[in-house]
Amino acid sequence: MTALLPPGTTADAAMLQVRQLTARFTTRDEAVQAVRGVSFDIARGEAVGFVGESGCGKSVTARALMRLAPEGSSVEWGGSVLFQGHELLSLPEPAMQGLRGRRIAMVFQDPMTSLNPVLSVGRQIDDMIRRHAGVSAAEARRRTVDLLGLVGIRDPARRADDHPHQFSGGMRQRVLIAMAVSCQPDLLIADEPTTALDVTVQAQILRLLLRLRQDLGMALMLITHDFGVIAGMVDRVHVMFGGEIVEHGAVDEIFAAPRHPYTRALLDAVPRLTPGGAVQ
Amino acid sequence: MTELAPAEEAAAAAPAVPTRRRPRGAVLLGIGLVMLALMLAITLLGPVVAPHDATRTSPDSLAGPSAAHWLGTDSIGRDVLSRLIIGGRTTLFITFVAVALAVVCGLVLGLSSGYLGGWVDQVVMRALDIVFAFPVFLLAIAVVAALGPSVPNLVLTIAIVYTPTLARVVRGPVLSIKRWDHVEAARSVGVSEFAIATRHVLPLVLSPILVQTSLTLAQTIFTVTALSFLGIGPPPPNPNWGSMLSEARQFMELAPLTVIGPAVAITYATMTFIVLANGLREFLDVGHR
Repeated sequence: MTALLPPGTTADAAMLQVRQLTARFTTRDEAVQAVRGVSFDIARGEAVGFVGESGCGKSVTARALMRLAPEGSSVEWGGSVLFQGHELLSLPEPAMQGLRGRRIAMVFQDPMTSLNPVLSVGRQIDDMIRRHAGVSAAEARRRTVDLLGLVGIRDPARRADDHPHQFSGGMRQRVLIAMAVSCQPDLLIADEPTTALDVTVQAQILRLLLRLRQDLGMALMLITHDFGVIAGMVDRVHVMFGGEIVEHGAVDEIFAAPRHPYTRALLDAVPRLTPGGAVQ
Repeated sequence: MTELAPAEEAAAAAPAVPTRRRPRGAVLLGIGLVMLALMLAITLLGPVVAPHDATRTSPDSLAGPSAAHWLGTDSIGRDVLSRLIIGGRTTLFITFVAVALAVVCGLVLGLSSGYLGGWVDQVVMRALDIVFAFPVFLLAIAVVAALGPSVPNLVLTIAIVYTPTLARVVRGPVLSIKRWDHVEAARSVGVSEFAIATRHVLPLVLSPILVQTSLTLAQTIFTVTALSFLGIGPPPPNPNWGSMLSEARQFMELAPLTVIGPAVAITYATMTFIVLANGLREFLDVGHR
């Protein structure tokens, strides 16, 4: 069923329960309320989409789950983010660091800039595995090579020693995905994971995310401005506008019968092939 | 209709595409490294290659160049070439140790200041501003006057004087690099703040630091010799380039080589580091990335 605000919740013991989340940025001369009371649940293994235009608060909502504030800004979180029984907004920073990457991981929008340019990609994944799993360097490297193979990088043992500039955008996104799933997180947040990539690569990356989600049993939070990306990827969709969730529901229902005018506008923005063959 | 130009013609018309296999600055960097190697070899082998004991006097004072004394002797008959070689050890030792100290302090202060920001940044930068506000020589003379002239004091003085410059060179790029995506990505996988600062920010600042270090070495050679020239360098009888210059000054009409020798040595050492800095700057393409 498609429901207008306030969004209903799924199970009463969902893995992630976000209640009345607010985010307020203060700069020197003004305060911006980027998220205004967002509530949603994500169950174990579920794929949930967040759709909306730039600046609607979807990325900030995702960052709240990891308590990551954009560098150089001060953000004030409000409400509650309950993840596996822990209140993330008040968790001490060391515990939060232990959670980031291990329980909740994130794939970013721009693979060209999200890797450290001076370290080999293998080294970057090794570091993360060693930090979270506490295994030896050799074991970490073995897992790294497996992961790079898993995300579809050919000759992973050799490629692990290459630096980011030796990879294409799509390949770098695969590396970042490998890094994100390296500790088998329970929730993978993908923030516009295909926006910076060209269309053919987009499809490959989405398929990869879908496959990994099934293989590893992760929940997926997919953030995008493109309804075309959502279709076939997620179970439920939340449509965000102006820092609020304006509509949410099962993905086919929203596609078939959008109720909020903003959702309709977003859907109309997706180019579509008509029986006549023209692109509208 | 489209026409295909014959292959040879097209190839001839196109100017030879410069194959940039060798990055710019490689030649300059090479020259700098060779100059540095030569200087280090002579200095490190000092006592072995020096033809005479640098502190032994002889009645044969202010002699012109000869087979025994290639650059002649000074006012109390000491061999100028030997003194140049041994003197270089003192001057270069002070220079290298002082700059190493300044680089370490500059790295720590610049990185913590730029990365942590906030009040740490304010406190560190204001403190460095105070040091920075003094003219280099005035500050150096004041510190040496307070602590007394000795090699450790001179090293400390010069380290203090050049720390602010290096800290600023580190802090600037850190301020921007800490906002790059890969830093947030590292944070999102649970990397600690210390590891982010040292492994994901610091390595990206290394090129400007290398260039600035080389420039600082050039400046420091000059500062060390100038302070010694003014009589607040390492105490005699061990030679160094600055004090040799000041002692020989009075006899420069009688024995010009006693002045020209150390002057050329100082110029050579300074040039070495300037060439190296420029080579590094172009080779690492600082500021064009």
